[in-house]
Amino acid sequence: MTCKILIADDEPNILISLEYLMKREGFDVVVARDGQQAIDAVRRERPRLVLLDVMMPRKSGFEVCQELRADEQIKDTLVLMLTAKGRETDSAKGLGVGADAYVTKPFSTNELVRKVRSMLAGDGDGDGDGDGAA
Amino acid sequence: MAMAMAMAMVQHSRRAPLAVTLAAGATAALLAALVALVSAVLWSTLEPAERQAVQAILLPRWPLLLLGIAAGAAAVAAVVPALFERWIVAPARLLEHIGILLSTDSRPSWPDGPRSVLRDLAASVDQLATQRDQLKSDMSRQVLAASFGIEQERNRLAALMSELQQSVVVCNLDGRILLYNSRAKLQFRALSNAPKLADGAEMIGLGRSIYAVFDRNVVAHALERVHQQMQRGALHPSAQFVTSTALGQLLRARMAAVRAGPAALPALGGLPSVEAIDSFVLLLDDITDEYERQSERDRLLHGLTDGSRGSLANLNTAVELLDDPALQADMRDRLINVVREEAQAMVRRLDDLTRRNTESLTNQWPLDDMLGADFVQAARSRIESATGVRSSDSVVAVALWLRLDSFSLMQAMVHLASRLRDEFGIKFVQLRLQAADDVRAHLDLIWQGPSVSTETVMSWELDPMSSNGEPGLLTIRDVITRHGGEFWFERDRVRQQVFFRFLLPRAAPGLEQQDGGTFVRNDSRPEFFDFNLFASTVLGRELEDRPLASLAYTVFDTETTGLDPSGGDEIIQIGATRIVNGKLLNSECFEQIINPQRPISEASILIHGITPDRLAGQPTLDAVLPAFRAYADDTVLVAHNAAFDMRFLQLKEAQTGVSFNLPVLDTLLLSAVVHPNQASHRLEAIAERFGINVIGRHTALGDAMVTAEVLIKLIPLLADQGIVTLGQARAAAQKTWFARLKY
Repeated sequence: MTCKILIADDEPNILISLEYLMKREGFDVVVARDGQQAIDAVRRERPRLVLLDVMMPRKSGFEVCQELRADEQIKDTLVLMLTAKGRETDSAKGLGVGADAYVTKPFSTNELVRKVRSMLAGDGDGDGDGDGAA
Repeated sequence: MAMAMAMAMVQHSRRAPLAVTLAAGATAALLAALVALVSAVLWSTLEPAERQAVQAILLPRWPLLLLGIAAGAAAVAAVVPALFERWIVAPARLLEHIGILLSTDSRPSWPDGPRSVLRDLAASVDQLATQRDQLKSDMSRQVLAASFGIEQERNRLAALMSELQQSVVVCNLDGRILLYNSRAKLQFRALSNAPKLADGAEMIGLGRSIYAVFDRNVVAHALERVHQQMQRGALHPSAQFVTSTALGQLLRARMAAVRAGPAALPALGGLPSVEAIDSFVLLLDDITDEYERQSERDRLLHGLTDGSRGSLANLNTAVELLDDPALQADMRDRLINVVREEAQAMVRRLDDLTRRNTESLTNQWPLDDMLGADFVQAARSRIESATGVRSSDSVVAVALWLRLDSFSLMQAMVHLASRLRDEFGIKFVQLRLQAADDVRAHLDLIWQGPSVSTETVMSWELDPMSSNGEPGLLTIRDVITRHGGEFWFERDRVRQQVFFRFLLPRAAPGLEQQDGGTFVRNDSRPEFFDFNLFASTVLGRELEDRPLASLAYTVFDTETTGLDPSGGDEIIQIGATRIVNGKLLNSECFEQIINPQRPISEASILIHGITPDRLAGQPTLDAVLPAFRAYADDTVLVAHNAAFDMRFLQLKEAQTGVSFNLPVLDTLLLSAVVHPNQASHRLEAIAERFGINVIGRHTALGDAMVTAEVLIKLIPLLADQGIVTLGQARAAAQKTWFARLKY
């Protein structure tokens, strides 16, 4: 079965790459370009996992994450936060508001893919099945 | 007292002979009566025959008998006065003598006489009295010496405080200011809502409440923390808080507690359990600039890191995907486009950063403001003494202030001069200081002679400088970095000069340059401290019941365009000074010209001397009254003929919303209370009576000063009449005839 993934980021230049990357990995990909779109897309498309950028217009990734967790229907959606904020306090906040994993930009594509796979396999720490081969 | 005693003594000694005579007579009479009684009793026991025999013996000899009795009485009368004198009068006199010794300072000597117990007693008493006198004078000498020492210490402390570059304010637990220094005055002026008005004089002053500046709760919280630390036994209990002001400045205050001295501790139990705080010291820093610099630095840094992260992520992801051999051509183009865009974005970000003031990213070495000419002067004498190279000023800009680490810069100058001497035989240099632009200055070390190659200069710049023959750690480059400056070498072909040039930061026009002229108002050191205020905790005493001598006064005067406030006349000047604890505080004056926004008559110009051209650019009453009200807060208002000035102020209440609901005293009325028979109670006349030197009459401040001195003279005179408290003074003033005059 194909797994559906939502990519929410306001920067087209990363969306291009991430969309291509995730499609190549065989996922069904949906994109959103701001926080509100992200929420709507989750409710509509019910993806298994969201790649969520923190700095987005309308709603920040933090807010989106909190909203997801507060909604019974979609609260089990996996959230992987992507952010350019490198401070420890930010990652603490990300995990605090309910993200399942937190990745600081820049990142390696292989790492990201491995992380996504391990999260989908139900193993939170990202080193589980080692299936990063392209 | 001594006089009354002496009088009593005189009366006594006059009465003494009469008393003695009476006593002698009475004794003689008593004796006669006794003889008669004994004779009568004897007579009654005799038989008739025996009576006849006695009669026969005595009757023929009656004159002899009578003579014997008379002689006996005379003997008694002669002895009694001596006995009386010795056992009754002399002890009484001794008692009086002791009384005098006890109650007065006079030392009457006990009359010499034959040696007796009484005389010895008197001599001992005299000795005791002498010992007591010695002790007393010893004690007062010591007290005098001690208080002189304390006075000296206080003066030394005040001198020290006034020189400190940091703001210091000392308050008692009520938040009343006991001491502040000139730096604090400057800083508080900057806190004023209206710093341009009357020098911001309303913010700081002895006896004023610090809570006019700082939130009471913030200070209380800090005190609480200090107290907790003391209870835990901390060695240096202190607390810190940062507060923002009405004008958006950030002030950092560090608080240290002043512990009550041992004398203030109860002498019970030996160990002082928790020491009491009796006042606190605040050290204030304006950290607005520092904070802004920090924030800017933070902001730039985050812009750089977070911004770069985003771009790098975009770049990195795209580049990694470009490796994918299965990539379609159009996707490849899109990814290459991403790479191009992101690379350009990073270039833009970096450009933007450099264009901005990158000063805040450089390391900040603590620099001091220094007058450039002072530095040049010091550098020249240091170069000459350390290297023997003579020097002169070329051009030195006047009043150019630099921000320097003067020690290391001096070291660099000396180092360069000594290398010029050692390697090129230069024996004479010139120093030049000029402004480069608004924020930087050129400091040049000039010499004539062989030109130095750029490589040489570079090596000099990076060589460790030696100090006193020992190689140091610092290089000229380090010194330059500290200043955020630059250093290079130039040739001036026209003048055939070669010079090293330091590019150095200039001081921002700020506090330092103002310092010089701020406190020259009077020669004596300004009264910046009053430790007598330590004790002035007002324990719920009503103002009305407080003694006049202990109150804080705002003595003021106004100059006006005319005498009729309801007819449109306006205040054009307010001058005021303060009296705290009976002392006139010359350095805490308030003086402000006010634009009345109406023409002023020639007649009034003759009185106050304020011509229309001086009103230009001056604030209006709306701006001045709030500042003056703040200045007068918590004090008693005093004016000469106060009704007049108060009328002007009160008429403006509705317009400005500033209410002068303070107790008011009028020196005119008080003068009438003290000297009801004097014809004139004009200010000049009173000043003349009191011998007060009048300067600057009919300037508001000049008159306010005279009025203040009059008040100080009036207070003891009022006390002589039993008028001690504010309430009594107001009541007495009401009663005078003048009080019925209304404007």
